[in-house]
Amino acid sequence: MTKKSETIGAIAVVGGGITGVQAALDLADMGYKVYVLEKSPTIGGVMAQLDKTFPTNDCSMCILSPKLVDCARHQNIEILTNVVVEGIEGNPGNFTVKVLKKPRFIDLEKCTSCGSCEAVCPVSLPNAFEYGLVKRKAIYKPFPQAIPNAYVIDKEGDGKHRGCVDCMRCVKECKSGAINHEQKPEHLLFHVGAVIIAAGSPPFDPVVKPEFGYKKYKNVLTSVEFERVLSASGPTQGKILRPSDQKHPIKVAWVHCVGSRDASVNHDYCSAMCCMYTAKEAVIAKEHASDIEPTVFYIDVRSYGKDFDKYINRAKKEQGLRYVRSRISEITEDPKTRDLRIKYEDDKGEFKEETYNLVVLSVGLCGAGERHSELMDTLGFDVNEFNYVRTSADDPVVIKPGIFVAGSFLEPQAIPESVMQASAAAANAAALLKDSRGTLVTEKKYPAEKDVSAQKPRIGVFLCHCGINIGGYVDVPAVVEYVKSLEDVAFVESNIYTCSEDTQKKIVDAIKKHDLNRILIAACTPRTHEPLFQKSLRDAGLNPYLLEMTNIREQCSWVHMDEPAKATEKAKQLIAMTVAKTRFLQPIQEAEIPVLQKALVIGGGIAGMTAALSLADQGYETVLVEKEKRLGGYLHKVYYTVDGIDIPRLLKEITEKVSKHPLIKVHTSSQVKTLKGYVGSYESDIQTPTGMIPFSHGVIVVTVGADEYTPHTYHYGKDPRVLTQSELEKVLSESTKEDIVDGETFVMIQCVECRDEKRPYCSRICCMQAVKNALKIKELNPRSEVFVLYRDLMTYGFKERFYKDAREKGVMFLQYDPEKKPELESKNGLVVKVHEPMLGEYLKIPADHLILSTGLQPNLDNPAIGKLLKVPVNDDGFFLEAHVKLRPVDFSTRGVFVAGNCHVPKFINESIYQAQAAAARAATILCKPTLKAEPNVAFVDEDLCSGCSICISVCPYNAIERVEEKKDGKTVIHAKINEGLCQGCGTCVSACPSSAIQQRGFKDKQILPMIEEMTEKKLVSYLKES
Amino acid sequence: MSEEKKDHKKEDFEPRIVGFLCNWCSYAGADLAGTSRIQYPPNVRIIRVMCSGSVDSMYILRALLEGADGVFVGGCHPGDCHYIDGNYKARRRMVLLENILGTLGLEKERVWLRWISASEGQKFADTMKEMTESIRKLGPSPIAKHWNL
Repeated sequence: MTKKSETIGAIAVVGGGITGVQAALDLADMGYKVYVLEKSPTIGGVMAQLDKTFPTNDCSMCILSPKLVDCARHQNIEILTNVVVEGIEGNPGNFTVKVLKKPRFIDLEKCTSCGSCEAVCPVSLPNAFEYGLVKRKAIYKPFPQAIPNAYVIDKEGDGKHRGCVDCMRCVKECKSGAINHEQKPEHLLFHVGAVIIAAGSPPFDPVVKPEFGYKKYKNVLTSVEFERVLSASGPTQGKILRPSDQKHPIKVAWVHCVGSRDASVNHDYCSAMCCMYTAKEAVIAKEHASDIEPTVFYIDVRSYGKDFDKYINRAKKEQGLRYVRSRISEITEDPKTRDLRIKYEDDKGEFKEETYNLVVLSVGLCGAGERHSELMDTLGFDVNEFNYVRTSADDPVVIKPGIFVAGSFLEPQAIPESVMQASAAAANAAALLKDSRGTLVTEKKYPAEKDVSAQKPRIGVFLCHCGINIGGYVDVPAVVEYVKSLEDVAFVESNIYTCSEDTQKKIVDAIKKHDLNRILIAACTPRTHEPLFQKSLRDAGLNPYLLEMTNIREQCSWVHMDEPAKATEKAKQLIAMTVAKTRFLQPIQEAEIPVLQKALVIGGGIAGMTAALSLADQGYETVLVEKEKRLGGYLHKVYYTVDGIDIPRLLKEITEKVSKHPLIKVHTSSQVKTLKGYVGSYESDIQTPTGMIPFSHGVIVVTVGADEYTPHTYHYGKDPRVLTQSELEKVLSESTKEDIVDGETFVMIQCVECRDEKRPYCSRICCMQAVKNALKIKELNPRSEVFVLYRDLMTYGFKERFYKDAREKGVMFLQYDPEKKPELESKNGLVVKVHEPMLGEYLKIPADHLILSTGLQPNLDNPAIGKLLKVPVNDDGFFLEAHVKLRPVDFSTRGVFVAGNCHVPKFINESIYQAQAAAARAATILCKPTLKAEPNVAFVDEDLCSGCSICISVCPYNAIERVEEKKDGKTVIHAKINEGLCQGCGTCVSACPSSAIQQRGFKDKQILPMIEEMTEKKLVSYLKES
Repeated sequence: MSEEKKDHKKEDFEPRIVGFLCNWCSYAGADLAGTSRIQYPPNVRIIRVMCSGSVDSMYILRALLEGADGVFVGGCHPGDCHYIDGNYKARRRMVLLENILGTLGLEKERVWLRWISASEGQKFADTMKEMTESIRKLGPSPIAKHWNL
């Protein structure tokens, strides 16, 4: 008898926002069954309501929608909406989740989302998805891309407004009999091995702060409402109009920190993302209407994330955002004009007043325990002073064994952090349930592929409006008419969002109905959306490579916004070119390539050790390579923290765990010298003190860290009283009360030699390091003096409380203007001269110690490592991930992942969850013994090949060999390509003198027609005509 | 065609540029120009290829013979090629191609090879502006003119 696995290979994910969706996808890809339990009628969460995301200004729905569709289509994921979690019982590995499923009053199987019920419904209610800016019916679909893609009946209303009146008109109207007013609530039980809480946290309601005039004055909106105003699918279709008179506002003000950093509402924390989304909203508003004059009232601009500083600087320079450092005392309305008067105190202490047409309040988030406390109470989680769930900083996503947390349920944060934590929670769950992986899942069955290779092309063309992202600049209806005239095009259709779930259904239906055998999607970039549409082809029984995309957004509408006529002509021609290629598409069958289920982790700091442990705990053999003599990296330079991590204990424990783990092999004083291969089968040579050791593995995690930047200014290195923050930390860690005398003065200067032109990034950790060291000094001797000269204090999230603590303990924080940097006069002792804006004059502070916050600099080896692994490094020298929002630990190169300070400077808890996230993403590859090979491999026409072997000499992967064969009694020589080794670069194709090698998907027969189409005379004069 | 008309034509001339961009760097750079909303002239038609090393000289010649006024090839920076060294191969091929262009009576300035990374949206847009203006100054392709006759 074999022993039955004791854990259950299923996970309940509570919350279906981007965090829950990411956790679900990772676990489902690893071979676990996942139940997504969502309280509202659709998954998508807050991200579905956002217009754009910073710092790339990606359309939020465009990057989210593919994930939602993936989630809905995943064979291993079951989505349950309208559910409330009533309790979790049991033990790690074996929980029972009690759920109340509220009635939707709609049969999901039958609803076609046609909308005829909505048309006849007589009840009108504020539309919650649009934050009440417009009305909806009692029977409604939350938003066009909602998943499940079905209607729902609101019987309850919202307190003020009544819901469904049971008139039953919808029942009569519904042709598919999907409506059932008799549906009753159901109690359901789910047996799972682990639970991930990703329930999010609601935005602050500024009604409790009457001085801002929210709900009193119509033209005061919250930032979440303004996201909807910006959105093409929102109440004003993306036109910027103010609520009172639907007129276009010119002077628009944003007010920072509404409901954040505010003790009066018990929100002594920073909501971490508002500074950036404010800049984004102002930039996008300017983009929608260039006459808008945006002003931002702020305390600090917390641009602490990757490329955030650059974004803010560009917003100021290029979009003319005006930033006013201030505190707002009151907002009042001029009853005649409905304009708003903002009274504020500026940074010079002067009281001023300005008038605006529209005011946007940048609201923060509220702890889950504060507003929807049922979940927190039901589950009995420990909460912190801000009503957020409490976890330990060195185990950041674990609430208790078997119950994990991710996203803003844990702490206010932006999307990338949430996504990382989602993957980290998945890694933790996977480690717990490793013995039951694959026990509860089934394989996705696609319909058999139709052989269309010999059929005459019948091309279906689907054009995307992408809200107004394409449709606002390219005349889509005109393009549709044009495309209809193209040869072999059998069907043309345009959709608001081609990536939405309902459009996928439409594509599948159209393929079947019109017998289409080649598909062209004219929308955004294939780099993000091709896989989504390929799945739709498979669902329709077509080979996924019978798809071609035309990029009319990133490479057309968005780059020719000022020339709509020319953009339209360009879109036409791009599509015509792609039709020319699509006509010649042929099905491709990918080869299966083996996966060595082992991992290589490069860099043995906290991130590397965590990644290695997580991988090993999930059952994968891992080799950890560290350049230095000992493991630990930058952690050796950290002596204490304020958030409760005992650093020496952490370092000792994790080093021991890593060293003793049976599945981890550590090589210190070692480096990866050479690397060959590709995802699934890499071969590395590791230079160790005892010689070269070869290692074969399937994935790579890069965690090579960063180090403190060594300054060259303020007499550093010349005057022993000048130290960096890390050096001070070491001194303080060894100091006793007696070491600091009364009145001993420490002056700290932030942003030394960074956030400037040479190092244009914020290192995220240094402000907190200064606060931490200042608190330590005050702890050692409260009668010491500490001055922190700063630009913007980046104590985001819960770190804000330590900043407040430091102020209360008498640490002096003085803000300086980057144009007027503090100066050092050191003739007689150290005197720091700094301009104080409030007084309008220079202060001279005599110091005993000058402490420089210099931030981190990337590992100087990064470019070399980047070259070895074929992954990019950004302008600042940090590794560049595949997508800053939604793929924060992946590289574009499949099989390589990143975590820790080499990605961007970060705190210990952030490195830990990012490393676990990298391990989770790596495990989605390692969990299977094979992986599909590259589709775009080269192949040889043996009849044309002369065996000249030029291709062999140019192939970078040694994927081609020269073979001699007997054919019809004759010996023939030709090249032969190994499909597992070929990576599809196409270099051999262009080198072949007889065109005997071709690349699948990029054959001469497919590329040359594109060139011919572009240069054909009928289209030559397009620019002159337009 | 009268002299006056010819001048008028040159003033109005909108270059037709075919752009072969590698999937990993330059195509991603062009995408980034889009997500950053950096505006550039609409004269280029991008054809995505997997690697600049796969751009057959035949494609470039064919484009010029068919009537393109310029051809742009974008690859990863030296050392950054996703396929190890495909961009170096593209560069070698380009040197040979320049000689052939001369024999066809074409200026070598009509074919550009540039390294643009996934993070260089601005550089991509700037390069497109620069190339469009440069080809505009060169005037319509003499071969294209021949074909138009």
